[in-house]
Amino acid sequence: MDGLQVPMEHVLGLASLLFAMGLTGLMVRRNILFVLMSLEVMLNAGALAFVSAGAHWGQPDGQVVFMLILTVAAAEVSVGLGLVLQVQRRFQTLDVDNATRLRG
Amino acid sequence: MKDLLWLIPALPLASATLLILGGRLMSPRIVAALGVGSVGAAAICVLLTVLQWQGAPLESQLWTWMQVGELSAGVSFYVDGLTLVMLSVITGVGFLIHLYSAEFMAGDESYARYFAYLNLFVTAMLTLVMADNLLLLFFGWEGVGACSYLLIGFWHFDAANGAAARKAFIVTRAGDAAMALGLFLLFAEFGTLDIQAMSAAAGERWEVGNPTAVLATALLLGGAVGKSAQLPLHTWLPDAMAGPTPVSALIHAATMVTAGVYLVARTHELFLLAPPTLLAVAIIGLLTLLLAAFAALCQHDIKRILAWSTISQIGYMFLGLGVGAWGASVFHLMTHAFFKALLFLAAGAIIHCLHHEHDIRNMGGLRTRLPLVFISFLIGAAALSALPLTSGFYSKDLIVLAAFEAPVAGPWLWAGAVLGAFLTALYSFRLVFVVFFGRTNTLPDRQPGPGMATPLAVLCAFALVGGWLGVPVSNVFPEAETGHAALWVEVISIGVPLLGLGLAWLLFLGRGLDAGDLVASPPGQALYGFWHAGWRVDGLYDWLWVKPYMGLAALLRSEPVDRLYGAVVGLCRLLHRALSNSQTGRLRQYGTVMVVGVIVLLNIVWRAAG
Repeated sequence: MDGLQVPMEHVLGLASLLFAMGLTGLMVRRNILFVLMSLEVMLNAGALAFVSAGAHWGQPDGQVVFMLILTVAAAEVSVGLGLVLQVQRRFQTLDVDNATRLRG
Repeated sequence: MKDLLWLIPALPLASATLLILGGRLMSPRIVAALGVGSVGAAAICVLLTVLQWQGAPLESQLWTWMQVGELSAGVSFYVDGLTLVMLSVITGVGFLIHLYSAEFMAGDESYARYFAYLNLFVTAMLTLVMADNLLLLFFGWEGVGACSYLLIGFWHFDAANGAAARKAFIVTRAGDAAMALGLFLLFAEFGTLDIQAMSAAAGERWEVGNPTAVLATALLLGGAVGKSAQLPLHTWLPDAMAGPTPVSALIHAATMVTAGVYLVARTHELFLLAPPTLLAVAIIGLLTLLLAAFAALCQHDIKRILAWSTISQIGYMFLGLGVGAWGASVFHLMTHAFFKALLFLAAGAIIHCLHHEHDIRNMGGLRTRLPLVFISFLIGAAALSALPLTSGFYSKDLIVLAAFEAPVAGPWLWAGAVLGAFLTALYSFRLVFVVFFGRTNTLPDRQPGPGMATPLAVLCAFALVGGWLGVPVSNVFPEAETGHAALWVEVISIGVPLLGLGLAWLLFLGRGLDAGDLVASPPGQALYGFWHAGWRVDGLYDWLWVKPYMGLAALLRSEPVDRLYGAVVGLCRLLHRALSNSQTGRLRQYGTVMVVGVIVLLNIVWRAAG
């Protein structure tokens, strides 16, 4: 394959950066909507790492797993948005720190 | 008649069952008819048996009660001369006391319960004396103990009566535990609890003085001592007077308390092989009769005087058993049942007619007010003091003379018994003089009715002439050696009660000596208090057993052992709280913890990989 070849290290670095950003967002954001978005970012970071690894070794597995992650993300978002609606209804806010009824 | 033996205990049992189940629905008249009639019918059965008796023991096997391994105990009866004496006393005196109760207890709200208990007692007592094996005997033994408990605490609304009932039950239980151990030992030795088989086998298995024989008989003696209120388990009987007076007459004078005497007499073949135990029986009897006589001298409560006197008279019976005068003891058992039942019933009549007055210091001058009771009491006291020609004279004289001829310490035993006879006459006639002579302190508000007068009259006759009846026990016991005691021994034995009577007359009728002055002097005061409290044995036991037990109970109330397990529980709770506090329910915190955990794990993996 000719043309612009991005080194795998760069792609993996980008994926790590995205993953770290998503994780940070998960830990610091209180709005549940942003927490979900941070999760999406983390999922996509993982998917990017798979794609780049597949390209590096010339294997289709990376793209297969990407499709799988896409599906999982879609399912997660649909469930997650349902939860967001419920949180909004019950607590009249989207602050995830208010939803602590499951404490021991 | 042999086939009708089972009827004797069955009749009172049937009546007791009916009264327990349906007593509430019956009118008092029917209750009394059932309660009194059943015992009367049993008495008629006994009378028929006695009349047709040929002299040979009657045996009647009803059914096998239990069969476990070698142990086979039947509900089966063995009736010989000794049993017949007991049967006649239980049903005869029992019937008179039931008849008396019908009037005495009239108006009591638990009339049916009273007769149910009393009939149940008669059943248990009859089972006890008719049993042909020691297991069935023990069953009756415990049955009379339970009925005694129920009847002492009959008026259970007063807490003191309940306490007296518990005391009687627990103290006799101490003796019963020893008796149960004795039964185990006998079964281990002989492989049977059948009394006749055991008596026959004992002579071959044990030589005289065999240690096992001594131990087994000593354990049996423990049971007898508890039931018959002898030293050191005598403390329950004076308190047992909390029950209704006819109960005191039937259970705590005439029948149940003599069960210990019966037990020793019934197993006399075993006791004969254990001379040390026999000597112990004699010494226990002697000490008890003296201690109880002194205590009886210093009581105010008319029933307590009679209770201490009962303990003392059973002491005579034990003394007789201990010196081998088996027949004399059983004879005294019978005459004692007559005159002590008479005294108790007369005392009951006084209490009944004097607004429940128990204290003899508040009585006096009743001789003319209650003439029938006076005559009854006089005859009873004369028989109790063994004045010549009364029934008590014949039986007690036999025991006293037998004591003199005892192989070990005979003259000492005799001297003690004579001193006891002197004291007996003294306290009996103190009672007569204080209650029936002198100034009238309380006026009776009624006279005993026919239901109470008839038993008194019949018992008067028996107390007078019962000494001529004799007991048919010559086939049961070994022949006693009847050496003739020296004349002076006989004269002293006969004369001493008269001396006691004379001293009582001097002291309590105010002719010469004044009892009040004696008691008022410092040593007199101390002795009076000491004897009034029954030699302070109750206080001693309180200090020795009750207080430590209560202390232990108070200590264990806080459950010190459970503290250890409590600590484990506390630790678990602490951990639980700490861990459940980590479950905050905050999503972001969970995420953070996961991240930290992953970082730590990755670090470990990296380090391990080098």
